Parts: sequence; C-alpha cells; structure tokens
Amino acid sequence: MEKPKLATTSLAGCFGCHMSFLDIDERILKLVELVQFDKSPIDDIKEFTGQCLVGLVEGGCANEENVHVLQKFRKNCDILISVGDCAINGGIPAMRNDLSIKECFEEAYLNGPSVYNPSGVLPDDKELPLLLDKVYPCHEVVKIDYHLPGCPPSADTLWEALVALLTNKPLELPYELIKYD
Amino acid sequence: MSDNNLKRVVIEPVTRVEGHGKVTVLLDENNKVKQARLHIVEFRGFERFIQGRPFWEVPVLVQRLCGICPVSHHLAAAKAMDIIVGGENITPTAEKMRRLMHYGQTFQSHVLHFFHLSSPDLLFGFDADPAIRNIIGVAAKYPDLAVQGVMMRKFGQEIIKATAGKKIHGTGAIPGGVNKNLSIEERDFFLKDIDKMIEWSIGAVKIAKDYTMENFDMVKTFGSFESNHLSLIREDGAMDLYHGGLRAIDAQGKNIFDHVDYKNYQDYITEEVRSWSYMKFPFIKSIGTENGWYRVGPLARINTCDFIDTPLAEKERKEFMALTDGKPNNITLAYHWTRMIEVLHSAEKMKELLNDPDLQGKDLVVTGERRGEAVALIEAPRGTLFHHYKVDENDQVTMANLIVSTTNNNVPMNTAVTKVAVDYLSGVEITEGLLNRIEVAIRAYDPCLSCATHAMGKMPLVVTLVDHNGTVIDKKTKE
Ligand code: SF4
Repeated sequence: MEKPKLATTSLAGCFGCHMSFLDIDERILKLVELVQFDKSPIDDIKEFTGQCLVGLVEGGCANEENVHVLQKFRKNCDILISVGDCAINGGIPAMRNDLSIKECFEEAYLNGPSVYNPSGVLPDDKELPLLLDKVYPCHEVVKIDYHLPGCPPSADTLWEALVALLTNKPLELPYELIKYD
Repeated sequence: MSDNNLKRVVIEPVTRVEGHGKVTVLLDENNKVKQARLHIVEFRGFERFIQGRPFWEVPVLVQRLCGICPVSHHLAAAKAMDIIVGGENITPTAEKMRRLMHYGQTFQSHVLHFFHLSSPDLLFGFDADPAIRNIIGVAAKYPDLAVQGVMMRKFGQEIIKATAGKKIHGTGAIPGGVNKNLSIEERDFFLKDIDKMIEWSIGAVKIAKDYTMENFDMVKTFGSFESNHLSLIREDGAMDLYHGGLRAIDAQGKNIFDHVDYKNYQDYITEEVRSWSYMKFPFIKSIGTENGWYRVGPLARINTCDFIDTPLAEKERKEFMALTDGKPNNITLAYHWTRMIEVLHSAEKMKELLNDPDLQGKDLVVTGERRGEAVALIEAPRGTLFHHYKVDENDQVTMANLIVSTTNNNVPMNTAVTKVAVDYLSGVEITEGLLNRIEVAIRAYDPCLSCATHAMGKMPLVVTLVDHNGTVIDKKTKE
C-alpha cells in the first residue's frame, strides 16, 4: 500500500515550529516509514503531487500569498492542523493588528535610525504580495481540523500527534506537552 | 527600463532555505539575462509594534521573529538590555552561560544548514532528481552521514535547552545576566559526547573541503564576485562570535575600519530602501551605495579575523586561507567550508566552557545605573546582527532598529543570483536543474528569511518566463 503523504508550510510564522518538528531528531527516520513527505520547505517539492493525508500549517495569514497557500493546503490535505501560536491566533506578527500598515512602513523604511532613503521610496513592487489589513489566524480563513498549541509545540507533542493520526490511535497529550512555555 | 520587452522567469518558493523567497529573472528577446532579483515578500512591522512594550519582554519577544536561530536575537536583545539596566559587566557565570548557549546554537544552526539543507546539492549534484534532493534522500544513500547530522544538531539543541530552558524560544538570558547556571549532571551529560562532536566536526570540515577541491573549477566561479567583508572581531584580532569591535576589509584584505565601538554603528553603516524588496540594502557609508556593500557570515568572519583561538579550527583556517595566499577568499560556495570550520570551533569552545567551573557559579545577575538607549551586536550564525533600542522612564520601548544578518547579505545574494543567472541561464532552455543552481547560490549564504522578515519578508522562489509581448510562456516552480 502506498504511504500516506504529509505536507508542511510556513505562512506568517518564524519557522520555529518547523525547527521544533525537526527536533524529533532521529525519529524522522521512523516517521518516513509511516508517511511520505510532499510539498514542504524542507524538500524540493514545490507543488502538491497529489492528495495528502495531513497538512501542518505554521503561521497565520499576513498577506494574500499566505491566503492562497493556505487555501491550497485545505484543498489538498484531508486533515489540516494549525501548528503553534501564530497559526492558532496570529501570534507575535498579530501585534501589528492595532496599528496601520502605514505606521509600520514609516518606521521601517523612513524613520529608522539607519535608514538611507533620500527619495522616500517604499516597497511596492508588483512582485511583492499585498499585505492584509490584519494578521489572521488560519481557522478564520479556512476550516482547520486540529490545533496544536505552543510556541513552538515541542517535538514530542508533534511526534505524538502525528503518530496517533497516522496509526489511527486516539491522541492523548499529557499536560506537559501542551502547556505554553 | 520597460519590462514589457522582457521574459520573466520566477522561482517560487525557494526551498531548503530557512524561510520563503522568490527570484525573478528577466530575459530579453535573445534570452539574455537583463535582470535577476531575490525578493523578500513578507513584512512584519516589528520596529513599530514593539514600541510601548516593557523592555524586559524584548529578549523573549524579539526571538519570535525567527525560530531558526532564536538564540541570536535572544542574546543580542539581552546584551542591549544589560546596558539599559546598567549591567553590561555581567558576571563570569552569566557570560559563560550565554556563550555556551551561543556556541550550541551556532553548532546546531550550521549543522542543520549543511546536512539537512545543503548536503543534497553537494552529494547528489545540482541536477539530481528533486525527489531525492532532501535529508531523507541523504539518509537513504548515506545513512551514517545523515545520522551524524541529526545527532550533531540534537547535541546543539540540548545545549540550548540546558542554558536557555527550551530548545526554541528559551528564556535563559535576562537583562543583566542569566536565570540559571549549569548543574554538574547537565555538564556531565554533555561532556560524555563532546569528543565525538569534535571528531564528527572534523569529518564535516573534510566533506566541505573535499567537495570544494574536487570541484574547484566550477566552485571558484560559481556565483562568485569580489566584495568587502564585515564582522565583529576580538581586541586581539581573534574570531569572537559573542562580542567585539567591528572590522571591515575590502576584497584585497585592506582595512576599511577596525575595532569600531559598535555603539557608533550609525556612523559607519546605513541601509538603502528599494521598492522591490521588503529587505533593505545595507552599505558602508564612507564608500557609498554602489560599492559599499559587504558580506557577513562564516566566509566574512574567516576572512576578517587574524586567527581562531581554538587549535583544531585554527589549523583548518590556515589551510583554508592558504588557498588564496592569505588574501580574502571571495568564492560563494566556500561559505560551506568556512561554516564547517566554525562548527569545529564551536565544538572546541563548548568543550572548553563545559570544563570551566564558572558555569556552576551562583552569581547570575548585575544591575547598575539605568540608561535610556542601547546598541548591541553579536555574530549570529549567518553574520553580524545589530539591535538598537531606546527605552523611556516608564520602562517602555520607544524605538527599535534591527539590522539582521541576512539583510547584511542582501546585495551579495542578489549579486550571486545575477551571476549564476547570467552564467547559466542566458540563451539556453531553462531546466529544473538550472533553476536549482540559482537556489544553490542563495543557499550558500544560508539566508534566514524568517529573520529578514522582521521588517521584511520570507521568500518563495519562482521563475516565470514572459516573452517580450508580456505573455507568460513558461513558469518553472520546480515540481
Ligand atoms: S508559534 Fe512560535 S515558534 Fe511557531 S511560528 Fe509562531 S513564533 Fe514561531
């Protein structure tokens, strides 16, 4: 039987959740016995090769590109999991939600103490995806099946959750694995 | 220049780099490369939203810009907050705990980059089947090597956990010191494996070295160019990843400035804004935008330092410098070799520190005269990292400015992308393997696009071909 597929992505996150995933260390060799990696920043598969059983999403949605990627993940993954604080509630990037983008841009590109910007340009090239007014948690954009809390969730949390899903066992996470810091 | 006459090639997302990136290449009607750019496509707004937060929050908050080397931000912010609380003369225990944390992270970060992300290119070749070009592919073909990489990274992560409290986003460094020391049990746990780590590091240096020498004809020109180099340097000229003054040298090795007190960084470095990337473009003020840009990171550090203060890494440094007769090495792919020399250096440093009884000291925090402004720099795995804050009398941050390592390498990465595009993509049919070459050049810099996002972006890499009428004729996203 063909192995089920696993895809991962980082939207407006810091990559810490992916790093925590890699902290499963040598268990990754066991994981690939259960599952085959599909689209993920840790490999060179840039588009889905087929329907995936599980999709792990790190980070919320801060720009239109994040939304497109998330929608693609919803479409191509049977089970979609919000991994970590940013995906679940926007996290640190959502601290900009009380501010206007204009204020943030001015600080970064006009007023910062080491900025050199004689002509006052702001990044606005058509290659840059449009920013959303706010940073949104993933479940406000698409349906999310599970949430794994933590910043980041520990490697053990991710491991237990994935193995339970892939082996059809009930998932029981003890308190130590879901507490925040 | 009007884009309408040009074909556009996009690589998106750039993979096996930490973060997301996007590359666009414009070709003219003869398929000659007109322009190649690496775009950073996300924006966070950290500098603004940190305003109003209490200063003691900053070391735990700012690292969440980047989960790849959070320790760098954690420590740079803590060093700045030391100054704010008047505690910059931290105790020996505090400084050594932080250093151990920092060497642990440099070790794990470099190992991750080399084994997990870059080794597939070096072991299988740039044109190998993308399906095996990943760490799992490496594990299938070279199981011992993959396991070594995984276990080395684990060692570094465990060091971080023991010093910072958590593997990712720890809390160990606080304004004026640290919140724990290292117990004897923790120490012994690491001492038992440290010699193996040193031995494996020597092996890793050899892989990178052999790769460079065996492929020297290709390596010496691949995405290579002359540039200035910048890093922190210890008072006596030794490489120091945790603290020092700023040194910049030109492509021939001549000093541009030396032992600069970094609190005056604004007199030396400034960052240009361009419309097509959220990442700014730093340069040395005295030279100007055109030629003032510089490289940072392992290659720059090996080029700028006079020596390394651990014997095994110093031996490797000498061998490396002999290749260019002691002059700066400007080869992009030589980053891998220098990165592994730093892995060895970090392992030696960890051993030295673990054997130091100061780590069991109980004097953890100092404070003194409260100040309103602080600048702190550190050599992060990817290069010099600048943090600058102002704090008001209510303990609230009123200004924050970061120049992250990857931002310092913005022009160099774009230069490497352009060079590879011109050398390999001009006038030929574009294949997946050719596009991977662009990514290979970017990967050499180990860009941390998450960091770069702090005010900026992560990068997906896409190459799209648009003909001179503006119609998309091809889009390669490396499927
Ligand atoms: S939840 Fe935490 S570790 Fe994960 S992406 Fe967000 S900030 Fe990073």
